[in-house]
Amino acid sequence: MTASKAFAAADGDSRPSPTMASDTVFELHLAARSRTLKIVRAAVTALGEDAGCSLKATEELVSAVDEACQNVIRHAYKKECDGRIVIKASCEGDRLVLRVVDFAEPVDPEKIRPRPLDELRPGGIGTRVIRACVDEVAFETPQQGAGNCLRLIKRIS
Amino acid sequence: MGRMLEMRRDRHANTTILSLSGEVDLHVSGELRQALLDELSQDRDVLIDMEGVGYIDSSGIASMIEGFQRARKAGRRFALARVPESAMRVLRIAQLDRVFLLLDTPDPDFEGR
Repeated sequence: MTASKAFAAADGDSRPSPTMASDTVFELHLAARSRTLKIVRAAVTALGEDAGCSLKATEELVSAVDEACQNVIRHAYKKECDGRIVIKASCEGDRLVLRVVDFAEPVDPEKIRPRPLDELRPGGIGTRVIRACVDEVAFETPQQGAGNCLRLIKRIS
Repeated sequence: MGRMLEMRRDRHANTTILSLSGEVDLHVSGELRQALLDELSQDRDVLIDMEGVGYIDSSGIASMIEGFQRARKAGRRFALARVPESAMRVLRIAQLDRVFLLLDTPDPDFEGR
């Protein structure tokens, strides 16, 4: 599936913002539900491939964005079904920049830490996957009306 | 939206080989968890054949951790076979490649812990 097809298949408000920066590749508006993760992966795969990323780099980017969306669904929205996620993808020089935006209550970034690996238990792996799979990850101040914005940066390699 | 994950259960003596095909994510990882716990609750060893897995996320890995822990508690064997590179990457990040028994072939008579 191409990014444009994935965009058209988005579940929820799929209208792009009235203004879009010139380096924007896509802006995906999705219902914050687990079944839409497949659409996210298809779009990010197309993004990585089109930008010239290696298979490994593309897979890493897909994992990072999928896990970020998963965190929004599970933790920010606490699995409530009426939330929205917006994914903004842009190509800035030799970097792909992905922003995962939600409209939930702001989270405390200090509380989002990967669990120690010597504790064998389900949970807490997603944050570690995100950090390992992209070059930079940080929360940034969200646009007005949004709850949280996680920015992921992956160098094209 | 179509199903992403297919699971096939093949029973050999005391071992169930659970063959996965497709993508394991938050939407379907609960099914994997349930299938693992079902087999282990019947006092069976479990081997997951992952050759057909195109993608797995942390929720799928969490289901496997739960299966592994349940197996250990019950004294049953638990292993993964034919893990694709993309899935190995996630296992390495979580340092689970040192925890799970990883096999090259889905042999129901595997020697294991």
